[in-house]
Amino acid sequence: MIGLFLGTLRWDDVTFVEFWRTPDLNNAIAAAAAGLLVLGVVATLILLTVRGWWRPLWRDWLTSLDHKKIGIMYVALALVMFARAVAEANVMRAHQATAALDAGLVAPDHFAELFSTHGTIMIFLVAMPLLTGIMNFVMPLQIGARDVSFPLLNAISLMLTAAAAGLVMVSLVLGHFSTGGWSGYPPYTGADISPGEGPDYWIWALTLSSIGSTLTGMNFAVTLYKRRVQGMHLFRMPLFCWTVLCTSILMIFAMAPLTLATLMLWLDRHAGFHFFTVGSGGDMMNFANLFWLFGHPEVYILILPAFGVWSEVFSTFSGKRLFGYLSLVYATMAIAVLSFTVWLHHFFTMGQSANVNAAFGIATMLIGVPTGVKVYDWLLTMMFGRVRLRVPMLFANYFLVTFLLGGVTGVLLANPTVDYGVHNSLFLVAHFHNMLIPGTLFAMLAAIHLWFPKAFGFRLHEGWGRAVFWLMAPGFLLAFMPLYAMGMMGGMRRTAYFSDPLFRPWLWAAEAGAVLILAGFAALVVQIVVSVRRRDALAVPAGDPWDGRSLEWLGPAPAFEFNFAGEPKVEDVDAFTALKAQGEAYRRQETYEDIEMPRNSAVPVVIGALAGLAAFAMVWQAWATAALAFAGVWAVVIGRSFVRDTERTIPAAEVEAAHRAWLADVAAATPVHRRDELTPENRGLAEEPL
Amino acid sequence: MSDVRHPGLNLGTTDSPVHDAAEETVFGFWVLMMSDLALFAVLFATYAAMSVHGIAGGPAPVEIFDLKSTLWQTLALLASSFTFGMAALALKYDDDRRALSLWLGATFVLGALFLGLEARDWARMVTEHGATPQVSGFLSIFYLLTGTHFVHVAAGLLWMLVMAAQLAIFGLDGAVKLRLMRLAIYWHLLDVVWVAIFSFVFLSGLAP
Amino acid sequence: MSDDHDLPRSEDVGEAAERRQYIRGAVATLALTLAAFGLVGSGYVSGGTALVVLCTLAIVQIAAHFRFFLHIDLARSHRDDLQLILFTALIVALMVGGTVWILFDQHTRM
Repeated sequence: MIGLFLGTLRWDDVTFVEFWRTPDLNNAIAAAAAGLLVLGVVATLILLTVRGWWRPLWRDWLTSLDHKKIGIMYVALALVMFARAVAEANVMRAHQATAALDAGLVAPDHFAELFSTHGTIMIFLVAMPLLTGIMNFVMPLQIGARDVSFPLLNAISLMLTAAAAGLVMVSLVLGHFSTGGWSGYPPYTGADISPGEGPDYWIWALTLSSIGSTLTGMNFAVTLYKRRVQGMHLFRMPLFCWTVLCTSILMIFAMAPLTLATLMLWLDRHAGFHFFTVGSGGDMMNFANLFWLFGHPEVYILILPAFGVWSEVFSTFSGKRLFGYLSLVYATMAIAVLSFTVWLHHFFTMGQSANVNAAFGIATMLIGVPTGVKVYDWLLTMMFGRVRLRVPMLFANYFLVTFLLGGVTGVLLANPTVDYGVHNSLFLVAHFHNMLIPGTLFAMLAAIHLWFPKAFGFRLHEGWGRAVFWLMAPGFLLAFMPLYAMGMMGGMRRTAYFSDPLFRPWLWAAEAGAVLILAGFAALVVQIVVSVRRRDALAVPAGDPWDGRSLEWLGPAPAFEFNFAGEPKVEDVDAFTALKAQGEAYRRQETYEDIEMPRNSAVPVVIGALAGLAAFAMVWQAWATAALAFAGVWAVVIGRSFVRDTERTIPAAEVEAAHRAWLADVAAATPVHRRDELTPENRGLAEEPL
Repeated sequence: MSDVRHPGLNLGTTDSPVHDAAEETVFGFWVLMMSDLALFAVLFATYAAMSVHGIAGGPAPVEIFDLKSTLWQTLALLASSFTFGMAALALKYDDDRRALSLWLGATFVLGALFLGLEARDWARMVTEHGATPQVSGFLSIFYLLTGTHFVHVAAGLLWMLVMAAQLAIFGLDGAVKLRLMRLAIYWHLLDVVWVAIFSFVFLSGLAP
Repeated sequence: MSDDHDLPRSEDVGEAAERRQYIRGAVATLALTLAAFGLVGSGYVSGGTALVVLCTLAIVQIAAHFRFFLHIDLARSHRDDLQLILFTALIVALMVGGTVWILFDQHTRM
């Protein structure tokens, strides 16, 4: 009976008990990680209670359906998960660097768990929530909308993602995560070889997050199609919105194969099915096929929004219209479609004939063409511009150089013959980190620096931002350039011990790089704390700290809850620049209207909690708990459909008061020249261009 | 702006305010359904491979499929698409709750009949041929593909019950109309998926 | 999305006309279904021919479902929506075609 509700979960599964039973270094590290998590949670709970923050947390954040707050929560979630995943990277590199001398820091299984959680977290719970958060915050503002099309669904997506994060976090304390890597190939992850709860943690964390992403993709695509303000034709959307649109379409179609592959794997593991088993007609190669049917579009889900951010950064900090807008749009579309034609390059070595490999190899190389177009467009955007090397622009220029390097190694890997030589080697690890760190991660850091003022009303401290850059930029090179070399020397990925002394210096260099990246993250935390402390000097209430070009900069910082007092006028791609040039950006409005906004709702939190519980119960085969929680999710969904009063009205008078207060801030601000934009004089009002 | 802003089924000019509100909601639902179709597509692709390579000494498609039973299932589902169409007409033109309820009820019965026939078919395969999903890769994907469709249809029936409750409580208000329209799209698309299932699974399997 | 145009013929043609559409749809899909079942049941087609014939009938029937039951047609106002469906068809074709190609090719080499 209890088994139905607790499943296979036992005291022995608690990491601390494991350490108590076998107190060695390996278990000490696991227990320390679990202890840090528990302490962190307890400290957060105490802080919330002591400061009396529970109520505002619930009322203003967790139950909020405001796309801006949801976006910020996504980013916060991603940063917490980033802390864990980057710490794991450090443990792995420290282990590898010391492992040949004695047993190293962790046991091989623990090492495997580390690279599995590192990859799973970085892709699904850092990169995805970071970009979903930024898209959530920025996109509706850029198209002049009040919110996304389905605010409740938006919050549900967030809570499902948070539930997935919770599940991966719980695996630190209860039991073990998968040791099968982030791609979880059977038969290794099948019931015979990995009978424990590990692969199930992986399966259900991915399922939760991919359902969330599918809903997000649908939500954003519909928002972009249906919520653009009058005058904002598709071809007047800021480029970032184009990348959001293409990303959303990828999310809509790419998540299905993943959900299916993980479901099939689960059926193999627990119901005796034969999708990927050895024998009985199973075909394990189909797992690779299905996984990468998702996985390759996923790569572009991760990189396209980054391209959008870079486009905004280059244009804003060059004080110049984006070069080749149309070519960038078409390049984005081409990449989105091509991304569905190349998945086989992840398993060139699986034994299909040369013709198949050649076709997918050529398709892969083709993607380099539109990507190259983009790089030239960005370079030409800077040409003849007044380039200001603010923190986002530092990252952007660094990106151009390093991303080119990653792209070139990618074209090398696209050649099946070359791939046979370096498949699954550290060369590959170097390649995709080379795309994802300067590409995605640094884009998201640039985005945080760029849009932070709009979210919180003050700029981030520039000096500490430079510190972040100067730690992370060399950190990346140091951490991953050695991996190219080691890959060429025959070093394989996911290897716990390298005995060849030739690898030693490279491993230490990589470890040093990992430390620098961790230090960069610490600097980011310091930067946020320092900026909060000095928020008065950094405040930009007038809302336009960077002489922005698109609509998100119209209005105060932080933004109105309802985004815009009236419908902004759009006559150009750089809509806000046009408004400023016409002197219409800071106009009083004749009339104000009541605004309908969605009411707060506890439904997303409840759904997230129940879905998380259901997933956790599935991991531990507690079928009754799982069934109850799953039924609970649908009961809440159906119950919600009977609720009619879901909107509330912000009266026109309130809108008018808020708008006038902002105009007063604008009147009080002195327009600043761009050379002074980092001084306290910058209150968010840009000097008119000559 | 045009009067028709989302695909297919609509309320047109018979209920303009709701028609306007439908723009986003129904379009969003269409997009979600496209994601669902992608899910089925991947199931079909896997079926295509495993029904040939994954038999592994177990029963082959031609041994376990039953043409007549499949035809009855198909006719039940096809008829339910038509009855839902009639329900949609009642919804759009008559604002007539009685006709609407009647047609929806007929759809529900036909859907339930389909589920019953399919369940009977599975039971026959298991008892007569020992064809459980654990036997071979082919049977695994066969049950997953048809089972996924089955669960979808069952969810559609549950949805109809919820809508019946909402009709009783709220009458034909805007939200209820919108949900019925989405249910209609859902139902017709399940029929589309079934067309693919009977063609590529059952009939292809039975063609000697 | 935002251009002005007239109502397409398939919309707001009145209840009677729309009812006729549904009836036409029912007849067409019934005929196609029976044709497919009949061809297989009678053993008239087999092997590769069967697959081609069934595939053709299925595509026509799916088109009929979209046309008569879901009211998707070539009218101008439906272009965007037709695009959504055609794009889905493209992605589905890539996924299914690619998967089948890869798995069958691998199988021949085992």
